[in-house]
Formats: sequence, structure tokens, C-alpha cells
Amino acid sequence: MALLELRNITRRFGELRAVDDVNIAIEAGEFFTLLGPSGCGKTTLLRMIAGFDRPDAGSILLDGRDIGEMPPEKRPVHTVFQSYALFPHMTVAQNVAFPLRMAGKPAVEIATRVAEALEQVHLEELAQRYPDEVSGGQKQRVALARALVNRPRMLLLDEPLGALDAKLRERMQIELIALQREVGITFVFVTHSQPEALALSHRIAVMNDGRIEQIDTPSRLYGFPRNRFVADFIGNCNLLGATVVETTAHELTLDLRSLGRVVAPAAGNARVGQQGAFALRPEQVRITPAAAAHELRNHFVGKVHDLLYVGDVTTYVVELPGGLRLEALLANSAPGRARVFEIGETVRVAWRHDAGSFLPE
Amino acid sequence: MARTNTERARQSLVAAPPLVFLVVFFLAPAIIMALASLRYPGEFGALAPLVATKPGEEAGLTAENYRLFFSDSIYLEIFVKSFGIAALTTLLCLAGAYPLALLMARSAKRRRDLMVLLCVLPFASNFLVRVYAWMIMLGPFELLFTPIAVICALVYVHLPFMVLPLYTNLERHDPLLLDAAQDLGANAWQCFWRVTFRLSLPGVFAGSALVFIPVLGVFAIPEILGGIGDWLVGNMIKEAFLGVRDWPFGSMLSIMLTLCVLAIAWVTARLARLGGGRA
Repeated sequence: MALLELRNITRRFGELRAVDDVNIAIEAGEFFTLLGPSGCGKTTLLRMIAGFDRPDAGSILLDGRDIGEMPPEKRPVHTVFQSYALFPHMTVAQNVAFPLRMAGKPAVEIATRVAEALEQVHLEELAQRYPDEVSGGQKQRVALARALVNRPRMLLLDEPLGALDAKLRERMQIELIALQREVGITFVFVTHSQPEALALSHRIAVMNDGRIEQIDTPSRLYGFPRNRFVADFIGNCNLLGATVVETTAHELTLDLRSLGRVVAPAAGNARVGQQGAFALRPEQVRITPAAAAHELRNHFVGKVHDLLYVGDVTTYVVELPGGLRLEALLANSAPGRARVFEIGETVRVAWRHDAGSFLPE
Repeated sequence: MARTNTERARQSLVAAPPLVFLVVFFLAPAIIMALASLRYPGEFGALAPLVATKPGEEAGLTAENYRLFFSDSIYLEIFVKSFGIAALTTLLCLAGAYPLALLMARSAKRRRDLMVLLCVLPFASNFLVRVYAWMIMLGPFELLFTPIAVICALVYVHLPFMVLPLYTNLERHDPLLLDAAQDLGANAWQCFWRVTFRLSLPGVFAGSALVFIPVLGVFAIPEILGGIGDWLVGNMIKEAFLGVRDWPFGSMLSIMLTLCVLAIAWVTARLARLGGGRA
């Protein structure tokens, strides 16, 4: 049985369906992420799990028990807020002690557990400081310690890294993964940042317009997006208009308008004549000099139209016959070389027959 | 260095006029008052000269006024009663103003401004008119010239001075803190007591000072609405200056009152610091 089960959850704000018939089952010990652009309903969903908002329809089950009518203070679920919401009139230690005091724990137990929690997030020395005397990253850790100290069944994190700068965010991501492994508590993480979601999660639910587009592991989400939205939202993706012309057990033959036929991995429900998009990641496209030997089944000759150098890799935009543009990624592994090809150069782009995926309309 | 010096010069230039104003119109009168409390009263009011001009005339400095204050318990009793009335008024104002300020702070933005306006609206009419209005209101209940009448009017007049500082404080609270408290297991009462109230303590102290101190000095309200037994320090001081025309005695009472207020302020500040400090 799943730890948390959301069944047919719908929440309307006037005409708007902020959350529309959502079904999710989260297992105990999982690091589960709700990912989507702002306004997709992920925060509304989180607030309903915490108890600050009620669904208009559907039920929320924790350990198989319906908690829909339970007020937030009774739910064994704690939240880390984006702005941390630390109590400014309490020291770091008093902030962390707060949930234990509310639970009526004896003073001795409070003292030891606060010390433990502060040690877990490496804040022992700052116990007597006030929130406005510690840095942003430290505030973040206080908020984590405060939410974890009473060992909730589930920890909800509402874009907790959003207020940190890029370097610090990366460090906190690593700490978060380690912390979750250490405490073994189920994390439900909300973010609009797809690299963050991919880096942290065991499973991700991609949301758009109040609906779940796909729930999967990061690698499957990235490798096998179910539709155009997911393909486009997670990482960079070439999306080419395609029609199915032939299907076999393992392969599809697609007609890429103006470009011709390519071979793609089979998609379960594809039928001959079906319209859709062919999704191909830039790093799956190999780019070689036009004259070089090639052994891949999908290959075309084109011209470098543009390139974007970002240090470790360069993205080449290759214009193919018929005006179609394809992005290809090449690692700058040769030292000191920023680019292998120049704008205007004729190159060959190719990809494996089992790369990319067909997304029916 | 040079820059900080010019900066400092500019700052003192800006601070100078109010500073001069305070020294001339606040500190100087206080010193004059302190000196006056150590002199003899003049024959027809005012002060006796420092050097005797006629034989047998009382002149120079004396501690007689202070001796008088401690020789008769009636003065101390009125002092204690005045502080009691001021404390009671402050408590009643706090009890009445807190829910109102909380309601205002948690109302929609547009309604808030209207409510603030309604709070200060009574100031548009004259203070004495409003006190006499209480005579009309309390008359039918046979409460006139009783301590209850005095308390009613004191609370009524000073309520806005409690509401406004409380409201300005409560309005700035981050509503997310209450969500966080509730999320971490606090019920409605614990949310209020451990978060809202603690954070509002500066407002509570400011409002209390704005009510407590002026109440100690009132004389019009007890004079109009109270009986003869409802005299407060303010009435004694007023009577000393305007009634019996004993300026030194009135000055002594004023100085004693100021000293008491300062002592209370000092003790309160100490208590606030001991009680966990930052609020």
C-alpha cells in the first residue's frame, strides 16, 4: 500500500481548474517531485496535502486513512516553505524545538532531539542565534531541521531552494539527497526547475494546467517522454512533425515531412497514417564532416546555421534540406577547442535507429 | 575618513534643530521645575525671591515641599491610586484594542484604511465635548460622579492610542508564520499566543506607554465625571498651581510623578530584556 494516495483530486478557483482529476500514489521512503511551470497546480496540490486547502472532489489517503477533514496541525506531515517562515522571535534552537513543544514532549527529550536535528544539518554552533543573524543557506537548514525534528510521516518542500544562488543551490541539492537517505522520511518536493527535479528525485510527476502529464523516474521521463509537453519541458528536444508510414514489432518508419523517412523505436500505440511529433535529444544527434564515413541508418547532410558555445559543450543548429533545423550537441573534449565546425560549414547529422521517440498527437 | 567626517557633519546639521528645540523647550523647563520645587511660594503665587528683601521673609532653597509630601500619607495614597487607575485603564484598553487591531490587520486592504479612519475620527471633535457627552450617556444609569464613570471615559479617550500602534505592528506580520506554526502542530490558541502575541509585544509596550503615561496626568476627566474622592495626581498638580497658587508644591508633585514614571519605564525595560529579549 502506498504511503500517500491522491485519488481523483480536483480543486477549482472560480472557472479555473487549478488541479484537475489528479491521481498519484507515493511510496514510503520515496523522494517524489511535483514538477511543472508556474500556475500548473503543483503548489495547490501541496497545500491540499498539508491541509491548508481542501479539494473540491477526490480523497487524500495517508496510510490508507482518509485525512481530507483533518486540520493541518493534526496531520503527521510537515512543510518547508519557500521563504522558510522561521519564527523571528525565537532562536534557531527554539525554532527547531517548536514542533516538539507543540506535541507536548518532555523538556529532556526536546533538548536531545533538538541537538540531534541541529547536528544533522550541521548547525550546532548557531543554536543560540536568531534567524536574522544567519545566512540564507543556514536558514534553509534550520527550516529543514524544524520540519524533520518531530519525525513526520512525510516532508513537503515548496520550492525550498528557489531563494538560493546557483552554487549554493547545487550544494543544498546534494545535502538534501544525503539527508533524505539518512532520515528515511518520504519527501514530496515541488519545483519548476527541471534540472533540480532530475537531480533529486526517485520519481517525478510532470504537471501542466492542473493535470498530470506523466509520472516516471527521471531517466525514463527524459528518455521516453509520453507527449510533446513532457519532451519539451524536460531538457532540450528537437520536435519534428512526423507521420507513421510503417510499423513492425521493434521499429517505426516515420515520414518527417520535407526531410524524408527515418527509423525510430516502436511506440506501443502507433498506427500507420498517424500524425505526431518525432522527439530527438540534441545529444543523440551525431555531427560529423559531410565527407566522413557513416554507418547509422538515419543521416542527413546540412549546413551549420548557428552555434552556441557554453564551455563544456557547443550546441550546433544545423539547417537541413527543406529548411528544417536540428539541434546537435557536441562535447568540447579536445582541450582549447571551442568549436569543431564553423557557421556555414556543410556537415552530416546522424542518429541511431533506436534513438528518439514518436509522440502521437 | 574625510567622507565620514562630512557625512557626520551633515547628520548633525540635520539633527541640530530638533535637538535645540528639545533642550530649550523640554530639558530647560524640567530643570526650572526641579529648581522651583526647592523654593518657597511667593505671596500671591509664583515663587518667593532667592534672597530675602524684607526681614522675616522666606527665601532661598528648601526641601520643605518634599518633607511635606512624605509627612502625610494622603499624597502617597493618591499617587498609588493614580497608578492603579492608569494600570487598569491600560489593561482595559489593551483588552479592547487587541481584538480590534487584529481584525483590522487581517481585513482586506481597502477595509483597513476605512477602519483606521474610523479609529481617529473621534479626534475631529473637541476632547471636552466628548467628555461631556459621557455625562449625558452615564446620567440615566446613575453612574455619574463615580470611579466607573472616570474609568469609562479614560478608556474611551485613550483607546485609539492603543489601537494604532498595535495595528501598525500586527499589520506587518508575515501570515506564512501562522501557516508554519499550524503545520508544525500548533492549534489556534498556540498560534496566537506563541507567534502573533509574542511578535506584537513591541506594539503592546508602545500602546501601553501611550495610554499609561497620559492617564497619570489627566485632571479634566476626574474633575468632570468623578466625585471628590476620584481625584488623581493630575488634579492635585492642577489645584496646586491654579487653586492654592503654591507653585513650588505643584512643581514638587510634578517632579515626583516624573521620577515614578521613569522608574516604571526602567523596570519595564529590564523585565522585557529578562523575559527573553527580542520580540
